[in-house]
Amino acid sequence: MEVEKFYYDNKIVKNFIIATIVWGIVGMSIGLLIAFMFMFPNLTEGISWLSFGRLRPLHTNAVIFAFVGNAIFAGVYYSSQRLLKARMWSNFLSKLNFWGWQAIIVGAAITLPLGYTTSKEYAELEWPFDIAIALIWVAFGANLIGTILKRRQRHLYVALWFYLATFVTVAVLHIFNSMELPVSALKSYSAYAGVQDALVQWWYGHNAVAFFLTTPFLGLMYYFVPKAANRPVYSYRLSIVHFWSLIFIYIWAGPHHLLYTALPDWAQNLGVAFSVMLIAPSWGGMINGLLTLRGAWDKVRIDPVLKFFVVAITGYGMATFEGPMLSLKNVNAIAHFTDWIIAHVHVGALAWNGFFAFGMIYWLVPRLFKSKLWSDKLANAHFWIGTLGIIMYALPMYVAGFVQAFMWKQFNPDGTLTYGNFLETVHEIMPMYWMRAIGGSLYIIGAFMLLYNVIQTIRQGSKVTDELAEAAPLERVSNKRTSKEGYHTWLERRPVKLTIYATIAILIGGMVQIIPSLLVDDYVPVITSVKPYTPLELEGRDIYIREGCVSCHSQMIRPFRSEVERYGEYSKSGEYVYDHPFLWGSKRTGPDLHRVGGKYSDNWHLNHMYDPQSTSSGSIMPSYKWLIKNELDKSLTVKKMETLVTLGVPYTDDEIERALVWMDEQGTGIEQNLYSDPDFVKTYDADKKFAEENGEEFIEMRNREIVAVIAYLQRLGTDIKVKSE
Amino acid sequence: MLKFIKGNLEQIDGVEIYPIISLLIFFIFFMVLFWWVFTAKKDHIIEVSNIPLDHNQNEELL
Repeated sequence: MEVEKFYYDNKIVKNFIIATIVWGIVGMSIGLLIAFMFMFPNLTEGISWLSFGRLRPLHTNAVIFAFVGNAIFAGVYYSSQRLLKARMWSNFLSKLNFWGWQAIIVGAAITLPLGYTTSKEYAELEWPFDIAIALIWVAFGANLIGTILKRRQRHLYVALWFYLATFVTVAVLHIFNSMELPVSALKSYSAYAGVQDALVQWWYGHNAVAFFLTTPFLGLMYYFVPKAANRPVYSYRLSIVHFWSLIFIYIWAGPHHLLYTALPDWAQNLGVAFSVMLIAPSWGGMINGLLTLRGAWDKVRIDPVLKFFVVAITGYGMATFEGPMLSLKNVNAIAHFTDWIIAHVHVGALAWNGFFAFGMIYWLVPRLFKSKLWSDKLANAHFWIGTLGIIMYALPMYVAGFVQAFMWKQFNPDGTLTYGNFLETVHEIMPMYWMRAIGGSLYIIGAFMLLYNVIQTIRQGSKVTDELAEAAPLERVSNKRTSKEGYHTWLERRPVKLTIYATIAILIGGMVQIIPSLLVDDYVPVITSVKPYTPLELEGRDIYIREGCVSCHSQMIRPFRSEVERYGEYSKSGEYVYDHPFLWGSKRTGPDLHRVGGKYSDNWHLNHMYDPQSTSSGSIMPSYKWLIKNELDKSLTVKKMETLVTLGVPYTDDEIERALVWMDEQGTGIEQNLYSDPDFVKTYDADKKFAEENGEEFIEMRNREIVAVIAYLQRLGTDIKVKSE
Repeated sequence: MLKFIKGNLEQIDGVEIYPIISLLIFFIFFMVLFWWVFTAKKDHIIEVSNIPLDHNQNEELL
């Protein structure tokens, strides 16, 4: 049999590794910056594009899609070529994948701080990026499948199944969740509203974790752990069970993000049941990874790569134990909206994704640059400082989560809330926020150690060249099963069938979730008093979205006595029917805002936005001074209303026609209300006079952004407000 | 106010069939999966699990 010679593409792997390190440090640095904003809320005062609400999505997107995303591509491109004994199918697609992905990241790094966001978590990028992501993702998938089809290795190793499932599922999730109608080049409205939008978003959100942060990394684990330990995986049979049960079960579990909401009980319980079941495949995978090291634990003592892998897999085990536990309704009642969730996701991100990527980089870089790692000692130091960083990050956040939950729910014997002022809980957890920032700092110092070590390794190494390999081409085999060939053995050499079956496995759970989500629209009880937002409120809502208020404020009062007592009547699904997109939020760094309408005066809101600490002593909300100065852009208002009509919001033609007049009327009303505060009158009139004297253009208060925000906030939750007799 | 408390999906026609179908799919899926795994041949398993360690490649550190 003749042997073919070919070259593995190492340069593309090198590019992805460099991108991983660079974006990793960028994403973590933004995280550190916003961690310090908890102690110094006005750290970036007056700079709108460096405000917390805009940086938070940048941090999550940078870490998930830039850092972890590039690490996935680096590992997949390296391992797939070797597992398939073939060069990547198309150099063009490899390069398109690399440069396209980096371009999207740069685009995100520009648009998110400028406030262009859909506000849907981990899918914040606006519609042109959604299209670009889909195209680049397809380029990646086509390249992977093309390589599989021209492989020289008959059987597809389990890592490749994980890669295939990742490709297929992320594509499905991304497309369904990104259904939106553009208003302008960088503004769109979600096609779904309210409850439906929430269901689709969390089906996506949960499975983005599953199929972007988990399955590709499990594939990498099945390749790189055996490589680093130089022994095959502990149980290949277990890996088969692991794969199929994980992808089958994961996709059902999304509703656990929406416990105690308008979702029907059976769907909530289904989500809970599947979340609890998830522990079996997750721990099966963890055990398989760890036991691969049996008989090689002595190597773990000296090899920094294996150390990173062990902590990564352990972190995976902890996070996947915690996940099912958090899905239990009684635990979720405590944990939801608190910092516990922040701890949970960071155990996953810092330990599982971060440490696995670091281990992989330490393993790959010397091999690509044909050298030895510059310093094992420095890598070991990175390991310890990083591990300490994870612990210092996670533990205080667990404590903070419990403190928040218990203080929020604490009642006095007379039935009033013990800590009626939300700020009391904020004040109580400040030490925990400090410790978290220190933990994060340690972790990031470790990342810089890695950067230095890699640079030195590259300097002493030689240029990366494509690696010569040789293998015999595949002989033609019948499509049918050969004699004595098992069913799965046959399937493993049929990549297209394997992909189709994997797709079916994820679509079953996907359909069980998505079909009711698509139907629910017609079944949400109509509340006649709920009306669409006025044009001014709509603009205010878009500013609320732009500023990322949803990062810290929920709009979902759960039916608990403690929440009803604190915030007011619990939220009804029918109240959200015109909310494109929904803004329920997932974290309460500040209080819930669903019933904030009418709670404070217009002046209070103005002062609060200008200087939050003046109205709420000890508040950690940053100031939003630009809202008070900026002119409200009304150029798109009519177009926005027309777009929403297409999506089913019942604005009449008459309403759309007089939108600008209507805005002016409502704005003038708020302006007049503001005049009730003598301090406001004094400064406002002085500003006006100053502008007149100096011939500057003066923007009337009714035409400023703050008025729209006040209009929106005063509207929130008032449609069905229960009046006390 | 009762209609605001009731689960919104419970009024969908024929929705009771969903949980039953779900259970059936789930049960059959895992029966088939375990049948696959237990009937896999041992030598095949060993062969496939050694694919990553196939040393036709210049991967050793210098």
